[in-house]
Amino acid sequence: MSDVTIHAPTSAKPSPFSARSLSPYFFILPAVAVMFAGLVYPVIQSFYLAFFDWRIGTDMDDAPFVGMENFVRMLTDEGVRESLWVTMRFGFWTITIEMFLGVSLALLLEKPIRGASIFRTIFILPLMVSPVVVGLIWRYLFDARIGWINYYLGYLGIEPQVWLGDADLAFFAMVFTDIWQWTPFIFIIVIAGLQALPSEVMEASKIDGANWWQHILFVKLPMIKSILIIALLLRLIDVFRALEVMFIMTGGGPGRATEVLSLHIYNRAFTTQQLGYASAIAVLLIVIVSLLSLAILKMGNPMKDKADI
Amino acid sequence: MAGKRINSPWGVVGHYAALIVLALITLAPIWVMIATGFKPDVVVQSRDPVWFFFVPTLDNYEFILTRGRFDTYLVNSIIVGTLSTVFTLTFGGLCAYALARTEFHGRVFVANTTLLVRMVPPAVLAVPAFAMVIQFNLDNDLAVLVFFYTALNLPFAIWLLFGFYKQIPVELEEAAIVDGATPLQVFYKVLLPLMTSGYAVAGIFTFRIAWNEFILALLLTSRSTRTLPVGAAGFITDTGVEWGRIMAMGTLIVIPPLLFTFFAARQIIAGMTAGAVKG
Repeated sequence: MSDVTIHAPTSAKPSPFSARSLSPYFFILPAVAVMFAGLVYPVIQSFYLAFFDWRIGTDMDDAPFVGMENFVRMLTDEGVRESLWVTMRFGFWTITIEMFLGVSLALLLEKPIRGASIFRTIFILPLMVSPVVVGLIWRYLFDARIGWINYYLGYLGIEPQVWLGDADLAFFAMVFTDIWQWTPFIFIIVIAGLQALPSEVMEASKIDGANWWQHILFVKLPMIKSILIIALLLRLIDVFRALEVMFIMTGGGPGRATEVLSLHIYNRAFTTQQLGYASAIAVLLIVIVSLLSLAILKMGNPMKDKADI
Repeated sequence: MAGKRINSPWGVVGHYAALIVLALITLAPIWVMIATGFKPDVVVQSRDPVWFFFVPTLDNYEFILTRGRFDTYLVNSIIVGTLSTVFTLTFGGLCAYALARTEFHGRVFVANTTLLVRMVPPAVLAVPAFAMVIQFNLDNDLAVLVFFYTALNLPFAIWLLFGFYKQIPVELEEAAIVDGATPLQVFYKVLLPLMTSGYAVAGIFTFRIAWNEFILALLLTSRSTRTLPVGAAGFITDTGVEWGRIMAMGTLIVIPPLLFTFFAARQIIAGMTAGAVKG
């Protein structure tokens, strides 16, 4: 027994399975190799391509080296600035509303009420619907001629609108669609967080005479603060990933009213066919997303045990 | 008092009323899609919404199943979804196990990098992936999609499975070893039964991403290797959208992920948060 206790206690306990038979490197190798080749290497290549003026249809090896030109151009590019602004406004409105709705919904369903599991199942359905299909459904509903939204607004005395043809309205439609699909994500994360709270604390606060609002605002929400922050950051990163719904509903238009940064990169690369310049914008996107990811890591990486650092 | 408010009859009614309204808002668009797929064109083109009362027709389904290349897209989607899920679970499971159970040089680095690359937006992959496909002449190969989807899904799967492995007491493995089990037996007889729901959730999410992904599939496939979402988007033409047909196709695309949800809603909620809650 004594040889077992020699080891300093570490939080990642060595398993008899791997420690005695195979090196852990053997276990991580396939995953690390695929992630390197399929994620890390392409990111590095984006940096490399950003220094070339490579057009679709030409050979990559013949593309002229242009140094920092793509990056300099990016700084004064109206299109980049606009799509960045669209992304920021889009993120602000969707995330604010989704956080509010998602948390409210979780609070409504946290109690073990009759039918809770049915409601929970219903509320996660939108997450499973393919973004392309989500785009199609809402393009139909927002259609100016046969769309149901115009029809029902007619009952309220609102004239039919050309939803996807007007800059502000198309932006609104995009935000609305995103809220429909992604509020469930906040809901899921928050409800699991709420259910993990120790029931004694909840009881104690009630006995201490906290009313319903006080109980939620000053006891429950502060206790799941770290979960709320992580949910917020994950959504923030998703905003920079999204492009399918806009691609299907508006193609980024009218003008650039719904062209988020990801869609702008796609359009630069494959519509105006400037692959090198698109790579430079992709580098900008990577920098933004990396900064957000580092913020998440700082909040707490569950795979990193406190004892290790 | 908290209890009073929830338990009073009006509180209960209000509570359920709010939930039902929100559930209807959630379900209505999905119903609209399903119903539209069964509507004859006249009804689809009418300006008045028809929720339930129309004579259903299978014309739209007949069209997409016989005249499109639906079968090709379906087979492609199944191949890509299944293979990338198998690879993700196998490689991701091994990696998560090593991260959860062993100490090694660079463990923290691997863990942090895994979390970082989880965030790579598909739009960033678009140009380099496209470059790779031209360079190696792979534009007719589903393997490219399998490869990129595996890479995209691995970080999430590792993150999720790590949480599940951490929950299993290491003493269980030690006891099995003491009883004379081989490493392989430990894995199959001790770990795997306890990890079933973890692998199920990771599998559902991996499959869902691979099944639904659009932009890489659009870029990296050609006519014979298209997946379902790309095929559906192809129904949008310059002359307009054939709503009945496109909604029938949308319904067919959505069936597998929705079935998963109904069978595994509880595990999905647990799984989605396995990382976040403990973070």
